[in-house]
Amino acid sequence: MRINRIANPAVLPTVEEIPLGGILGDGGNSVDYLTGMWRAQRPVFYRGRCTDCLLCWVACPDAAIALVSSEVQGVDKEHCKGCGICARVCPLEPKAIEMHEGGVYG
Amino acid sequence: MRLSSIRGLTGDGAAAEAMRQIDPDLVAAYPITPQTEIVERFAQFAADGRVHTEFVTVESEHSALSACCGGAAAGGRVMTCTASQGLALMHEILYIAAANRLPIVMTTVNRTLSAPININADHSDTMGSRDCGWIQLYCLDAQEVYDLTIQAVRISEDLDVMLPVMVAMDGFLVSHDMERVELMDDGDVKAFVGTHEPTITLLDDDNPISIGAFVGPEYFFEHKIAQVRSLEASLHVIESVGAKFGERTGRFYGTMETYFLDDADVAFVALGSAAGNVRVAVDEMRAKGIKSGLLRIRSYRPFPMEQIKQALRNAKSVAVLDRAVSPGAPGAPLFSDVCTTLFGLENGPRLISVVYGLGGRDITPEMLLPVGDRLMDLANGKSTPMRQYLGLRE
Repeated sequence: MRINRIANPAVLPTVEEIPLGGILGDGGNSVDYLTGMWRAQRPVFYRGRCTDCLLCWVACPDAAIALVSSEVQGVDKEHCKGCGICARVCPLEPKAIEMHEGGVYG
Repeated sequence: MRLSSIRGLTGDGAAAEAMRQIDPDLVAAYPITPQTEIVERFAQFAADGRVHTEFVTVESEHSALSACCGGAAAGGRVMTCTASQGLALMHEILYIAAANRLPIVMTTVNRTLSAPININADHSDTMGSRDCGWIQLYCLDAQEVYDLTIQAVRISEDLDVMLPVMVAMDGFLVSHDMERVELMDDGDVKAFVGTHEPTITLLDDDNPISIGAFVGPEYFFEHKIAQVRSLEASLHVIESVGAKFGERTGRFYGTMETYFLDDADVAFVALGSAAGNVRVAVDEMRAKGIKSGLLRIRSYRPFPMEQIKQALRNAKSVAVLDRAVSPGAPGAPLFSDVCTTLFGLENGPRLISVVYGLGGRDITPEMLLPVGDRLMDLANGKSTPMRQYLGLRE
């Protein structure tokens, strides 16, 4: 039964290697699909302003707010699509996340 | 061969009886003439506790097949039935069931697609779904409905197949006509279909899977062609299950059936119950000294190209009977497929298309005799129109 994970997403499988029925044989593999490649705006995180309320983390549709021990570290640049929801829900003034024009960081 | 019991059953009754003996895990179905009796009978079996099936009454055929997909994905043995508008309503799910490799067996009672609304037999409904990736088996009579429904369970679940199967019978002509049907014992049917050992199941905690992924253009083509090749390869499973069925019952099956075709000069190709009329016409032609024969195809999808080529190669002329039209197309469905199959064959037969029986319009052996005369003209080098609507008032 060819229910298997594509070993290396960078190497595209042949018709013989493709998993049967497109069935995904494991979980969490959406992390391999890099959705950060088409940002038009990018979030910029200000650690000094942040109170770690985690509203941005809850609201992010791509789970792209990085946490360590419940403290916000920044943005997962490979998966953030630049939708701006994080900046929108930040309750602070000035916000701890601001949207800047352009998708590419530095 | 053991003869278990013989009963008078309609096509619908035979389908319901096969379903009862198979005792699937799930049936989710919605009624539509002329399939309704299957669902009614099966619902009675379920209510009487004669099956263990989870019988789910859904609000439409689209939901019926969706529920069946869910059940099959959870590793259940799943059956359903529909016809005509119902098959059309579940159209998007048909493609999904096949591409997600979900073994489902569905009896499809051939009834024309509206408009105008007509509840009688033609093949427009299943022909409208000939590209969805399902295996399509066409039955001659109620006996074949019973036998092929049982075989379909084994065909669909075969690890070399893993595809859903439609078992088609002509509406009213087969579904509502009482016939002598030989039945197997309950135990024999259970032994033949075996227990369902799913390799794809959402309910396996040790091997979690997701079904129904989204893919980009860099993957889709390989997925689709892998599916297409599996459908083509399932021809040999249809043959082997048909042979095994014959060993059990004495009634041998396969992708097609021939009648006096070996030495035939002129031949007919047909699907479904009209082939019975063709057989009578072939007998009458033979009695008059015309070497006539019949090729009845059971497995329309996958199309048994090589076998058809071998079966027809020595005939001089062939009439392909279609109980459906493909408006605007170069030919009716079966005619087009036979033409493609024989394309490039050196010294192959000349082909004509005969469309008949739309909306349940009657076809009789008497109507086929002039077609036989035309085939003889063709075999003798005379020309004759390539397309005919048999029985049309023009």
